[in-house]
Amino acid sequence: MTDKSLQIDHQMNIKIVKEKLIKGIIYFSVFLTFGIVLWILLHIVFNGVIKSGNIDIIGNESILPMIMNTFYIVLLAVSISTPIGIWTAIYLNEYAKDNKLVHLIRFAIQSLAGIPSIIFGLFGMIVFVVGLNLKWSILAGALTLSIMILPIIIKTTEEALKSVPLSIREGSMALGASKVKTIKGVVIPSALPGIIISVILSIGRIVGETAAIYLTAGMVPRAAVSPLDSGRTLSVHLYLLAKEGISFEKAYFTATILVVFILCINLISNRLAKKFSEKLKAN
Amino acid sequence: MKKSNWQEKLNEKLYLISALISIALILSITLFIFIKGVPAIKEIGIKNFVLGTKWKAGDGQYGILPMIVGSIYVTIGACLVGVPIGLFTAIYLSEMANKKTADFLRKVVELLAGIPSVVFGFFGLVSIVPLIDKFFGGGGNSLFASSIILGIMILPTIISISEASIRAVPKEYREGSLALGSTHIDSTFKVILPSAKSGILASIVLALGRAIGETMAVILVSGNTPLIPHSIFDRVRTLTSNIAIEMGYAYGLHQGALFATGVILFVFIMIINGVFLVFNRKAGELNDR
Repeated sequence: MTDKSLQIDHQMNIKIVKEKLIKGIIYFSVFLTFGIVLWILLHIVFNGVIKSGNIDIIGNESILPMIMNTFYIVLLAVSISTPIGIWTAIYLNEYAKDNKLVHLIRFAIQSLAGIPSIIFGLFGMIVFVVGLNLKWSILAGALTLSIMILPIIIKTTEEALKSVPLSIREGSMALGASKVKTIKGVVIPSALPGIIISVILSIGRIVGETAAIYLTAGMVPRAAVSPLDSGRTLSVHLYLLAKEGISFEKAYFTATILVVFILCINLISNRLAKKFSEKLKAN
Repeated sequence: MKKSNWQEKLNEKLYLISALISIALILSITLFIFIKGVPAIKEIGIKNFVLGTKWKAGDGQYGILPMIVGSIYVTIGACLVGVPIGLFTAIYLSEMANKKTADFLRKVVELLAGIPSVVFGFFGLVSIVPLIDKFFGGGGNSLFASSIILGIMILPTIISISEASIRAVPKEYREGSLALGSTHIDSTFKVILPSAKSGILASIVLALGRAIGETMAVILVSGNTPLIPHSIFDRVRTLTSNIAIEMGYAYGLHQGALFATGVILFVFIMIINGVFLVFNRKAGELNDR
């Protein structure tokens, strides 16, 4: 063999080793991503289940009030935000033209989605807690969160509306239905699974939210009766337990409930999304 | 006929007004945060506030430089942890994985995105912090712990947006590169990734925003000492934690200083969002081609 071919051989070898190394790094990264998720979920749920035996689930230490408060805030925030979100999505997808105002609306929605929750918390404190004198209450928390989930509802609903085929709209209009009748009678029903997904996603966001609720709904560990009562949600409860280090057993248990809830939400929205895309394909 | 026409108009107005609410909200959020924060900045003095290194609410000293530096360090740390792992995972998902594996992994990433931030914080507190304490000492609550937890939290953002932008690179680019005799890895790193650059940068900028805005997870693992950290094992306090920790009992100028901290955070977020929009537009133009 000549010197030159040896050199080329050598270069090829370096190249092959280099490519193997890069592939190795890629596989390692995937393993890390996957491993981290598994580690977090197993660690929380495993400890949560094991240590829950020591907790008096029904008595004084019950987390039932926190679950009820969370539910209360979810219900209020979703009922405030869903109609506004859907109407906005309808405007953007069915009416909007490519003009300055529409660009501004889209910019506003995008900006809302990028604001950190602690800023929403500050805003809620200034306007709802102090300004409207709602004090630390379920209602102040729900109003704040309804702003936070608005971008999610608008975006997901708009995607759903977009995926409704034009032929469906044209068919309805050809039968003499007006635009609004077409939207209400044909477009919305076809996009309903997507709209439901948007609500489910925002429920997940509310249940997991801490900073904004902490500053607006307060931390009274009792089930709120009136929307003007202060009430601690599950995630605020977990935060306080972890921060004060009072009981990691209870913290694990609360975290487990949160994680299981998020798992369910993921499962349901995935199922719905699958059904939705199958239905659209059938159309 | 006339009645239905009137209803049409009314509905259209309703949709428009709803859409305008988003504009009103973003304007009033900006306005109220500044109205509440700016007077305190004036009273403290902008130089003393932004460049002051001492935060002692009891003595009326409100310098937030440690928190600004803390937020920046923590965000950089999160990127050092999250960007390589996320980017390589995105490359795997878009270039190497078969459809089934990719679908499964995407679901896993979605799951990661759904985990509440307080759960990340709690997980960090009970598993990452003790590990750091065991191997490096110093208690574990540190800049390092915050970087790891935030690095994990920004993974979904990096992975999903980078993957989408890598996928958006036209097939012909890869085919051309392969036809010229380069290997799969070569084409990926020298042709595909440079073409997807804007989208990848957009994902990183968006992740920066997430990291700098995160509150509860950071509070639980960072130690929260309002001093400029000198090593990655030092305790650190971010702008967000500063607000969340003290807002519960603050009043008067102290409360004003916390709103003012919000103003500084808001400015950071606006800059980051602006940069994101620029990259995102570039990525969009590329995809439209």
